[in-house]
Amino acid sequence: MKKIAILGITSAIALEVARLYAKNGASLLIAGRDEQKLSLLKKDLTVFGASDVSSYAIDFAYLENHTSFVEWLWSQGELDCVLIAYGILGNQEDCEKKCELALEVLHVNFISVVSLLHRISQKMITQKSGNIAVISSVAGDRGRQSNFYYGASKGALNIFLQGLRNKLHPHGISVLTIKPGFVDTPMTAHLKKGFLFAASASVAKGIYRAIEKRKDQVYLPVFWGFIMFVIRIVPEKIFKKLKL
Amino acid sequence: MSYDSWGRNYQSTHLIHPIFWKNNIIYPSGPETLLPYGMGRSYGDVCQNPEEWLLPTRGLNRFIHFDREQGVLACEAGVSFDEILSLIVPKGYFLPVTPGTKFVTVGGAIANDIHGKNHHQKGTFGCYVTQFELLRSDGQLLLCSPDENAHLFKATIGGLGLTGLITWAEFKLQKIKGPLIDCETIPFRGLHSFFNLSEESKDYEYTVAWIDSLSLDLHGVFFRGNHAQEKQSLQISKKNLAIPFNFPSWVLNKHLVRCFNTSYSWIHSRRKKHLVSYEPFFYPLDRILNWNKIYGKKGFFQYQCLIPKKDAFNILSEILKLIAKSGLASFLSVLKEFGNISSPGLMSFPREGTTLAMDFSNYDQKTLDLFNELDQIVSSVHGRVYPAKDAHMSSVSFQNFFPEWKEFINFVDPRFSSGFWRRVTGGGL
Ligand SMILES: Cc1cc2nc3c(=O)[nH]c(=O)nc-3n(C[C@H](O)[C@H](O)[C@H](O)COP(=O)(O)OP(=O)(O)OC[C@H]3O[C@@H](n4cnc5c(N)ncnc54)[C@H](O)[C@@H]3O)c2cc1C
Ligand SMILES: NC(=O)c1ccc[n+]([C@@H]2O[C@H](COP(=O)([O-])OP(=O)(O)OC[C@H]3O[C@@H](n4cnc5c(N)ncnc54)[C@H](OP(=O)(O)O)[C@@H]3O)[C@@H](O)[C@H]2O)c1
Repeated sequence: MKKIAILGITSAIALEVARLYAKNGASLLIAGRDEQKLSLLKKDLTVFGASDVSSYAIDFAYLENHTSFVEWLWSQGELDCVLIAYGILGNQEDCEKKCELALEVLHVNFISVVSLLHRISQKMITQKSGNIAVISSVAGDRGRQSNFYYGASKGALNIFLQGLRNKLHPHGISVLTIKPGFVDTPMTAHLKKGFLFAASASVAKGIYRAIEKRKDQVYLPVFWGFIMFVIRIVPEKIFKKLKL
Repeated sequence: MSYDSWGRNYQSTHLIHPIFWKNNIIYPSGPETLLPYGMGRSYGDVCQNPEEWLLPTRGLNRFIHFDREQGVLACEAGVSFDEILSLIVPKGYFLPVTPGTKFVTVGGAIANDIHGKNHHQKGTFGCYVTQFELLRSDGQLLLCSPDENAHLFKATIGGLGLTGLITWAEFKLQKIKGPLIDCETIPFRGLHSFFNLSEESKDYEYTVAWIDSLSLDLHGVFFRGNHAQEKQSLQISKKNLAIPFNFPSWVLNKHLVRCFNTSYSWIHSRRKKHLVSYEPFFYPLDRILNWNKIYGKKGFFQYQCLIPKKDAFNILSEILKLIAKSGLASFLSVLKEFGNISSPGLMSFPREGTTLAMDFSNYDQKTLDLFNELDQIVSSVHGRVYPAKDAHMSSVSFQNFFPEWKEFINFVDPRFSSGFWRRVTGGGL
């Protein structure tokens, strides 16, 4: 029986991943910042077949709570996998107007994840096994005027995860960077949905598969790998003139 | 994501306020009215609220409990039948009642009090609903059941989304041995044969007939089936086909429909018995996602009426003749006998009698004229037209079809409305 921790279970994508594990009878540790939502999700995952679901209410932006949270994660024995899913999109215009908002995006999407992974990787090194999966974004592959605070937070995250992967490899621990394209979730509810939007359930299947195969990095849906390849190779001289 | 109705028969713009969590729903403020929106599988404007708020409910997609001993399921209102089936079929349960598509939400199923191929034995979906929670626009959260807020319970089943937002619901399931259906297809000719077959098939759990409404001598295929005793399942392809764009309108002309109808009846031209998976039996069209787009940009209509038992034969003969004569192509026509199990729903559509459902391309006025003519015939024998499929009925027709509306208006939430409701109540009451 697998034991999986999901940080930011209230994310629509995370719930679908959790359901896939629940169907296989996994034992789940779930965390999010809203007690009421957690209790709804606990019931849902139990219906889906999870052998056990324990929850922990925490706002990850408050770094001082991370130590006790990570202690709680390991309080009931070793973990097979930790998935970090929470994140905020922020509003580019507002971020440009108000520096605190821009820094908040960086704080939640990057700093707080580093703080957690710092502690989590130590635990994993001690148990000599494990799997760390983090939802980043294609937005971290190149800075664009339309969302570069968010993009920078995810880009920094990608680099951190690369290093961590390198560091943890000899310990038998794998690190997965997940780069979804557009996904139809509450985060994108305000956007007009085109054909590029994927359903959270189908992205979740890709995440599940990548975790199980202990991959390093995955674009979801996979065609985003191609799109981002093209976007990355455009010379900066040209790129800076584009309206993306 | 677009928020059309299935018939896509008119264009409207909406204000959109998606709902994701049932514990902290805050309705948008302002004077505009509200209307829940499930998966938009209603054909007309019961799920449209032009220029005003739609509240898409698919974010309410969590399960609450599944009692495997008693066969009772509770889930949020935006959970789809598709999601429910994937959960319960492997555990030996099935939906008590299902429409011809599994892409409907629980909230939509209650609000239209949907019926299925087992109406003659089981009644409507509403008969199996044990309780639900309703959020009114004044912020009241009401638990509704046959014992608690019983009037609102009845008004909300078949209440067309007008009594408030259903946040979650609990309902009974039926036990099955496995995912297969023991199915028999019987070709027939003439309306008489349909009634005879329906009569002799009363003991089958599921019955329905498909007819070629373009043929004057009426040929069709009668389907009847039961949940099979076998435990195993058949290997079926899970791949769906998607229609990526609107077909130009000339694609679906009369000749093509005739070809389709002929080939369809040819496929089923021999009487045969077979075991099929539940999916092709109940949801033959679900494999082609967005099949509604083959009707092109102008969309299409469905006309579904109910003719009370005593007049069913005569009136249906008349209606079918009229349609065949009009030459307004109908792609899929379905005939089904409803039984006499009554629903708790105040405005529920099914009554004992025969229902006929036909698809029509949108030929504007010509199609609407035909519908008005049909409405009058249906009205004259105290029949009714199904709001879930409707995009045309006049307020006079509606009030004839559903005399219960006078009682119903007492339960309509003052801030809830729809394109349909404004049309059939003539703007104001
Ligand atoms: C191929 C096909 C076959 C069909 N076969 C059948 C059939 O055999 N029998 C049958 O009865 N119907 C049938 N239908 C119609 C369909 O079952 C109904 O229209 C159903 O209600 C659609 O559900 P939905 O979730 O898409 O709801 P929508 O169409 O989005 O909405 C329907 C109504 O429900 C209300 N509503 C939705 N959610 C809520 C909520 N949470 N709280 C309150 N009100 C809510 C809406 O306001 C609206 O009035 C068929 C439709 C198709 C496309
Ligand atoms: N949707 C997309 O198109 C897309 C594309 C690429 C990458 N992503 C990434 O995918 C991940 C999941 O997002 P989603 O699309 O599933 O959106 P979502 O449903 O909005 O999920 C994001 C979740 O993060 C939680 N969260 C935010 N800040 C938090 C904090 N300080 N502490 C605890 N929880 C916090 C939110 O919790 P509350 O519910 O309590 O607010 C929310 O449930 C995110 O990392 C996002 O950046 C999404």
